Amino acid sequence: MVNPFTKAELERYSRHLIIPEFNLEGQRKLKEAKVLVIGSGGLGSPMLLYLAAAGVGHIGIVDFDVIEDHNLQRQVLFGVDQVGASKAQSAKERILELNPHIDVTVHETRITSENALELIEQYDVVADGTDNFPTRYLVNDACVLAGKTNVYASIYRFEGQCSVFNYLRPDGTRGPNYRDLFPSPPPPGLVPSCSEGGVIGVLPGILGSLQALEVIKVISGVGDVLDGRLFLFDAATFGTRTLKVRPNAKNPLTGENPTQTALIDYAMFCGLGAAPKEERPVNEITPAALDALGKRGEAPVLIDVREPYEFAIAEMGGVLMPVDSVAERTAEIPKDRPVVIHCRSGVRSARVIRMLEDQHGYHNLLNLKGGILGWQEEVDPSLARY
Amino acid sequence: MNSIIIPTPLRKFTSGAGRFESPANSVQDLLNDLVQSHEGLRPHLFDNDGDLRSFIRVYVGDEDIHELDGTATRLSAGTEVSIIPAIAGGIA
Repeated sequence: MVNPFTKAELERYSRHLIIPEFNLEGQRKLKEAKVLVIGSGGLGSPMLLYLAAAGVGHIGIVDFDVIEDHNLQRQVLFGVDQVGASKAQSAKERILELNPHIDVTVHETRITSENALELIEQYDVVADGTDNFPTRYLVNDACVLAGKTNVYASIYRFEGQCSVFNYLRPDGTRGPNYRDLFPSPPPPGLVPSCSEGGVIGVLPGILGSLQALEVIKVISGVGDVLDGRLFLFDAATFGTRTLKVRPNAKNPLTGENPTQTALIDYAMFCGLGAAPKEERPVNEITPAALDALGKRGEAPVLIDVREPYEFAIAEMGGVLMPVDSVAERTAEIPKDRPVVIHCRSGVRSARVIRMLEDQHGYHNLLNLKGGILGWQEEVDPSLARY
Repeated sequence: MNSIIIPTPLRKFTSGAGRFESPANSVQDLLNDLVQSHEGLRPHLFDNDGDLRSFIRVYVGDEDIHELDGTATRLSAGTEVSIIPAIAGGIA
């Protein structure tokens, strides 16, 4: 075997080279590998750091986003000085500092049904560190169609999942993919909304590191990869489980009666395309108009339908009445004068208004446009955004 | 007793509880006991026909109930059942 490494590289990677089953051959495979990391956020941060440190020769980074303050709680690639800068570009600079012996390509774009196959085809392995259902299905389907292994991890609050999908087995067959586990996504109304999300900062660090580990195993062929298995981690209880993932007859790509041979419109597929029927418009008031009323001494009753932990971050003087308690507390909501209802961005409060109008006969309710975030922008910049 | 592990996204319907116990000896009975105790969970686990929703997976031990006898799968005492939801990330 030709030794492709310089003296500096041999010294740098020596702790890999002296693992008998990894050795120079495993390291050579890493150097020759092309890995596409989609998303350089919570999962992408540790993944990119470890893949670069380990000597993966060609790393592609897909991210269209810029770094924001609230990313720093978990996205350890970035520092305070980079807030406002491109994530993909900043990530590239950081990992080249860590390892100058690798090539890094930045794809500063949103991955879409139009560009996904072209992007993915340039790489050997894909690692999905995205954060929403449409992109999860897009990445999965593109990997299946392009014949690439998809190293997957996902997180929510204290809960993490990791698996290796569409793995090329030694016998030439492919392992199960995401659609075998979840053929179609939950409808938007049945998944927690952004306001109910959140994630404990260390969790993506753990799951992103596991992803990096599986990428390295897939490339080097060392160990048993998480093919046909789903690893679950509950950070709250430290519970771990490894479940079997089997081929699913209903998989639209690889099941018994495949119906899908190309990428589709994933926003539509996840129910995010057309406005759902329940989105009947409600009467609104702008933050500026609400502020003007207050200044004239005509402040309406203000009700805040967020959760107490949100109220603790920022509040604007409303009566706290979390969404689930509103129906039992209508006695506190007058019908004979204007009432303004607000939440974080205006979605939950609109839902509450529709419910009060339909089920409790209210006609005097106004939704605060843009919620407390709109109020922060237009009226009170001293409030914290979240 | 058998127990079922409630995933994080559904714990808002169980007052935060991550585990539910019941003497039920089939998956169907265990799920019925669960939604009777926590009505808010019902629409998240079952559709209007009472069938398990397609985006929820239920496991007995490390095996999907589809590989066993579906919701009719019998449980021996001390079996751990898991509800596995699709999760997408910290944002969605």
